[in-house]
Amino acid sequence: MTTLTPVLSANWDRADSFTLEGYRATGGYQALRTALGMAPDTLVDLVKASGLRGRGGAGFPTGMKWGFLPKDNPNPRYLVVNADESEPGTCKDVPLLLANPHVLVEGVIISAYAIRSSQAFIYVRGEVLHVIRRLRHAVEEARAAGLIGTDILGSGFDLDVVVHAGAGAYICGEETALLDSLEGYRGQPRLKPPFPAVAGLYASPTVVNNVESIASVPAIVANGAEWFTAMGTEKSAGFGFFSLSGHVTRPGQYEAPLGITLRELLDMAGGIRAGHRLKFWTPGGSSTPIFTEEHLDTPLDFESVGAAGSMLGTRALQIFDETTCVVRAVGRWIEFYAHESCGKCTPCREGNYWMVQVLDRLEHGQGTEADLDKLLDICDNLLGRSFCALGDGAASPVMSSIKHFRQEYIDHVAQGGCPFDHRKSTVWADRAPAGAQAGEEER
Amino acid sequence: MSTTFPEDVRARLEVDAKEIIGRYPRQRSALLPLLHLVQAEEGYVSAAGIRFCADQLGLTTAEVTAVATFYTMYKRRPTGDYHVGVCTNTLCAVMGGDEIFAALKEHLGVGNDEATEDGRVSVEHIECNAACDFAPVVMVNWEFFDNQTPESARRLVDDLRLGKDVRPTRGPDRLCTWKEASRILAGFGDGRGTEGVQAGGPSLEGLRLARERGWAAPDPAATRTAPAEGDGDEGSAK
Repeated sequence: MTTLTPVLSANWDRADSFTLEGYRATGGYQALRTALGMAPDTLVDLVKASGLRGRGGAGFPTGMKWGFLPKDNPNPRYLVVNADESEPGTCKDVPLLLANPHVLVEGVIISAYAIRSSQAFIYVRGEVLHVIRRLRHAVEEARAAGLIGTDILGSGFDLDVVVHAGAGAYICGEETALLDSLEGYRGQPRLKPPFPAVAGLYASPTVVNNVESIASVPAIVANGAEWFTAMGTEKSAGFGFFSLSGHVTRPGQYEAPLGITLRELLDMAGGIRAGHRLKFWTPGGSSTPIFTEEHLDTPLDFESVGAAGSMLGTRALQIFDETTCVVRAVGRWIEFYAHESCGKCTPCREGNYWMVQVLDRLEHGQGTEADLDKLLDICDNLLGRSFCALGDGAASPVMSSIKHFRQEYIDHVAQGGCPFDHRKSTVWADRAPAGAQAGEEER
Repeated sequence: MSTTFPEDVRARLEVDAKEIIGRYPRQRSALLPLLHLVQAEEGYVSAAGIRFCADQLGLTTAEVTAVATFYTMYKRRPTGDYHVGVCTNTLCAVMGGDEIFAALKEHLGVGNDEATEDGRVSVEHIECNAACDFAPVVMVNWEFFDNQTPESARRLVDDLRLGKDVRPTRGPDRLCTWKEASRILAGFGDGRGTEGVQAGGPSLEGLRLARERGWAAPDPAATRTAPAEGDGDEGSAK
């Protein structure tokens, strides 16, 4: 049986977990001292040896990303932390930054030292005001304690850290769109290559990493690569947050080794809400093809989830029970992609616009069976043909839902409307004694 | 409506703008925070605000407008003092966000992204705000109001309109206004970073269970000396 492994969340039950004093009381900033005593390249090798893979969804090996920085480029190097958490279902970085911002700050200092950067940016989405306050407070505390600034802890290493607030655009979670946004432009993805390692922020060598990836670095430095690889699977090493949301008894953050299964996580979370059963779920956010009951025992690591036809993504496990209309769920996600499409490439801009129209008429019983072929045809023109992963992501819920729930789409057509009572999906559906809603004998 | 700020406003904001620009290696990076700054002044990004940003950075107003209109947080007309965002992305919508959004529009007699006549409250449906384990989620001036119902949301907007004290679930002790929030986004703190809880209930579920069952990450000493073994004991986690 897999058990939980709280590391980044281990101090969250301290009321002062977000302060420098509280963080230090649980060993915080000791890894920084260790790291500053090491050669930068040794740190890069350590992170490579740990097998840490990007926790922002794509799963690219973090140490390898660092290793791609060209040795002969005279421009300054930049470290940019992607804290633009916006993938539907994803809710791990925000609680981490609220409760434990210093673990990110320590990770930033160590990582910047490792890649020889003296300027780091934390790009945090703008819609989370208190997270921004907490992060800035942590950075200021670290600065006042001499952990950020010049000659950090007498090492001769200088670093400035800027917390930069975004302004509401999902696309800025895509690393090159994020860089354009940070440069003061519309957030639109760039053509790759060149990759950010070669020409990133201000066309200089840049590393862009997710919050959770960078926050995992201090523990790796403190405990060693072998400690990290003792958790998880051979190719998906270590631990990560598994964020359970939706129709589950105890939604929340469960920090566990990669490779844990949804069945195990549901056991820990008290199961599907009382009196209901699992219908479908996303393993890693809305951009990852949906799973059903048959995937309950799929190990949640990069390889196993991929082999089962989806992606580990951000381990955002959105759980839906049998009261949920899959056509409505998918339609709403596609409205999101249409709204957030940056408009740069035609497949994504036009494809999502038209999928919204088709899904809307299907949901309301005005569609035809031929609409399903139309949707799949549009997806064919999106997947692999859009400029960035946003377009690919939009195809995921559509294609996977038609694969698993084709009949449910047809039922909408046959009945001339949605066969579901949406009120039964709400959190209060089973709570209300009688009254508000007529007639139902739900308990 | 004038297309430039009055001289005193301009002079005051120029001091802030200088500070913002000074944070970045290249000045154009200051554009997003500068737009937050002018929004903090007027509650939205006006033609005067655009002009101000353009002047600070040596850009054309067209260049600034192109950026301002790309990002949803910049408003092109006044919002309420308290801007209420109801998440209606799939997860929250299914859990009741749709019902909450409908209830608020009806209760306040406004449409999407419209403000009440007294200018106190505006309502907008928003996308996923990274709090899915607290669904359904409502944001006010980008502070978290977790686990809402139509009743609690109606009470919330009533309290906002009456000027009663309202506390976010995970946020500071006092809710700031829309303009104050925009100023924080521009990079000027209000000293409230240490207020409020460190974590909400769902954030702690995994940790609570791990403590209860004695689960933890492996002991580093054990993995260093004998990397191959160490399975059977309680603390191991593979």
